[in-house]
Amino acid sequence: MDETKAIIEGLIFASETPLSIDRIVETLQERNLSRQEITIRIQELMTEYGLRGGGFCLHEVAGGYQFRTRPELSAWIAKLKGIRPAVLTTAALETLAIIAYRQPVVKAEVERLRGVDVSRPLRTLLERKLVRMVGRKDVPGKPMIYGTTRKFLEVFSLKDLSELPTMGELKDLTK
Amino acid sequence: MDYEVKLDIFEGPLDLLLYLIKKNELDIYNIPIALITKQYLEYIDILKTLNLDLAGEYLVLAATLVHIKSKLLLPEPPEEGEEEADPRQELVQQLLEYQEFKNASQSLQAREVLERDVFIRGAAPVETPPPDDDDRHMWQEIGLFELVDAFRQVLGNLGQPELMEIDLDRTSLADRINEIMDQLRGRQSLTFAELLDGQRERRRVIHTLLAVLELVKQRMIRICQAGPFGVIRLFLAVEEEHG
Repeated sequence: MDETKAIIEGLIFASETPLSIDRIVETLQERNLSRQEITIRIQELMTEYGLRGGGFCLHEVAGGYQFRTRPELSAWIAKLKGIRPAVLTTAALETLAIIAYRQPVVKAEVERLRGVDVSRPLRTLLERKLVRMVGRKDVPGKPMIYGTTRKFLEVFSLKDLSELPTMGELKDLTK
Repeated sequence: MDYEVKLDIFEGPLDLLLYLIKKNELDIYNIPIALITKQYLEYIDILKTLNLDLAGEYLVLAATLVHIKSKLLLPEPPEEGEEEADPRQELVQQLLEYQEFKNASQSLQAREVLERDVFIRGAAPVETPPPDDDDRHMWQEIGLFELVDAFRQVLGNLGQPELMEIDLDRTSLADRINEIMDQLRGRQSLTFAELLDGQRERRRVIHTLLAVLELVKQRMIRICQAGPFGVIRLFLAVEEEHG
């Protein structure tokens, strides 16, 4: 393995959050690597880990790269960690979906779409840091505007928001 | 009559309406308002008789349905436009939009969710290196405040309780006291962090605090801290007699 690739692999391994290309460029400044040179090596690593079929793979999430265990192993790892997955209620999940697709969005709009008060699910989402306030709308009352967070991308294994299926795609899926 | 009312499955009036449409295999673009209004109102009645806290939104939609029904029944005023919009249209639009977001939420749920399907490398907080255990003179006995403060931190780290939980773990305080004593007999001393290692349940953490307080009161253990804000460690107050 070429040394640069090994360094990149090490950086991603040691990083606690998804490591962005920018951070890698910055860290490896002395080597004067282009983003493309780094991307190629990361792609190679991703392929290698994929082919290896081991316990974990390299994934692109939330604008960075991160090692994650294979989903097939979830039962074992949950047992090791002694955690039960923190399940979101349907109400919270629907609220989250609306915010994800309609952001930046005010609470009143979310409530109009769900047809019901969303105070509680919204609070849960804020507490779980899946959603955050991104500002205030310049209308009377200055209501809060909400949007999704980086953590939202991390939790739902998304590279970025554009990876969310479009409404049209969703329709095809349910057909 | 046999109603399959499962309350928690309805996420609001729109959800109930969608459910009724699906149940009756109706065309969402051509909802028979009379039928659906009747069924919707029946459900609302049941919800009321069950004495459930009915959200106002359910009643608003009921009113909307009745309103649409009456509009459909009344002959159109002749002078007003040729193309009178279908009074159901707005509701249909709302239902379709809601259905889309329901789909979207299901597709989110179907993704590889962190800490449910996939996991990242365990990033436990870096522990302070264990202090020199042999030198007990370094340890100072601490007061209640330091102890409570340490517990407060632990409780704070637990974060918000997830949903409602019916606690089946009926560990008594006495059990917890015995557990701690057993742990201590095996190891002579325990750090505070070890004592609470992996404890996620608020109730259990609180039991642990009460157990520790009780043990101190009974003079069975001593609690010491390595300097201000240092590691807190529990010691057996009396060395166990051999044999």
